[in-house]
Amino acid sequence: MSKPKSWRDIPPATIAWGATAREVETGLWRSMRPVLDRKKCVSCLKCWLQCPDASILTDEDGKVTAVNLFFCKGCGICAEVCPVKAISMHPESDFANDTEKHGENPGNVGEYIGS
Amino acid sequence: MAKTLEMLVNTLARNVEKHKEMTSGNLAFAEAMRQINPDVVAAYPITPSTEIPMRFAEFVADGQVDTEYVAVESEHSAITACVGASVSGGRVMTASSANGVGLMHEVFPIAAAFRAPIVFGLVNRSLGAPVNIHCDHSDSMPERDSGWVQIYCEDAQEVYDTALLSVRLAEHKDVLTPVFVCQDGFITSHCYEAVEMLSDEAVKEFVGERTPHYPLLDVDNPVSYGSFVMSEHYFEIKRNQMEGMFNVPRVYDEVSKELAAYTGREYPMLDCYRTEDAEYVVVIMSSAAGVVKDVVDDLRNRGIKAGCLRVRMFRPFPREAVKDALAGKKGVAVLDRSASIGGTAPIASEVKSALYDLSEKVPVQEYIFGLGGRDFFPKDAEMVFEMLEENDYTSDARFIGLLEGDK
Repeated sequence: MSKPKSWRDIPPATIAWGATAREVETGLWRSMRPVLDRKKCVSCLKCWLQCPDASILTDEDGKVTAVNLFFCKGCGICAEVCPVKAISMHPESDFANDTEKHGENPGNVGEYIGS
Repeated sequence: MAKTLEMLVNTLARNVEKHKEMTSGNLAFAEAMRQINPDVVAAYPITPSTEIPMRFAEFVADGQVDTEYVAVESEHSAITACVGASVSGGRVMTASSANGVGLMHEVFPIAAAFRAPIVFGLVNRSLGAPVNIHCDHSDSMPERDSGWVQIYCEDAQEVYDTALLSVRLAEHKDVLTPVFVCQDGFITSHCYEAVEMLSDEAVKEFVGERTPHYPLLDVDNPVSYGSFVMSEHYFEIKRNQMEGMFNVPRVYDEVSKELAAYTGREYPMLDCYRTEDAEYVVVIMSSAAGVVKDVVDDLRNRGIKAGCLRVRMFRPFPREAVKDALAGKKGVAVLDRSASIGGTAPIASEVKSALYDLSEKVPVQEYIFGLGGRDFFPKDAEMVFEMLEENDYTSDARFIGLLEGDK
């Protein structure tokens, strides 16, 4: 669904159509960003289990690969539960000068998935 | 075209089966509910609207309706259950008064934003404190910005007709907005008068079935209501909602003409009683308009060109019609049965605002009357007209029937 250009294009009655949560950039709320160090990560999946936004991405072998910053709200639970300290939290302002899509401008779903 | 329509109206009106009953405003509303046979009624009784859910509960217990009657633990729960049932696709009605309405306050804007076409019997009673069970409009007026349509009825007949009409108005695809059907507590709700009612078949035919637009229970087309929305879209959603209210006058006109074909009675948004050639006009709502109309007749017999403008539709406010009805008058008095403490009373504020565009100023005097059921007598209306004739105005509101010592 493209973003409405006018109030006339807004769905009536406060309605959200089915499965539209995929379109909502909850990543806009984030002030602290998780950064994954894949060298330390042992893919125990504790972060994957605990993430309230299902933002921990894994590959087909079940290895943790990245955090989906389109959805990640920066709650920091992943960093908290990580037994090997592979995830650290950093203020979004640290990334203000990055040119690739992230944070306030993460692009389309899954376009920017972090380090 | 108009003549053909009039003939059609007369023909149909003659053929519809009707009967008259001695009944009250409350019981007329309850009887309309029985005939409408809503899917869900969730209500918590409170004086003076108690009789509405009480009588309706009897209909449910006696199997005269198919309604799911939800007995709840508070007015907040009542209106919340109504909203849930309405967005699920059901036809929903309820009733309340005074502090019960106040307790529902939080949920009214939600119902309106969800475009839940609930029809609500609001029996006007003063808001406490002090606790008082009698009529004024201090319960419905705080809800005037809630996004609900507000229609104020003068008598029990109008309550009955308006209940039927409101179902069609609220559920119309271009409106989808809940409606308050207001009547004066005790004065209208408890006094018995002859009310002409349609047959059950005629009502069934007129109200038809509800066609819900985005029902929550349609699992093949899933939707969610009331999701969190940030500042990026809240504004647009509210503007989109307003469109329903803006469409009310057009749809109201259509639906009230259609109902008139059954009843022979039609109620315009403004009831202009002898205002056309009047020099002095009193603007008022609900049952007290009867007193003013009576006084208007007396004054007319004495050669004074008096008129009464009864505002039936308060939301949306018929601004243009009010402007047209009052343009060129020598004087206007607006009588509010509620106060906006620290500001201009609700009707006075709307009327003054409507008249602002006129190139020739129409003087307007604001009055507050009848709070907590204080009686409003013909002599009070006469006094108001006399002061208009004497060109006697103050910038502040005047109070009718208030004990003010020597002043």
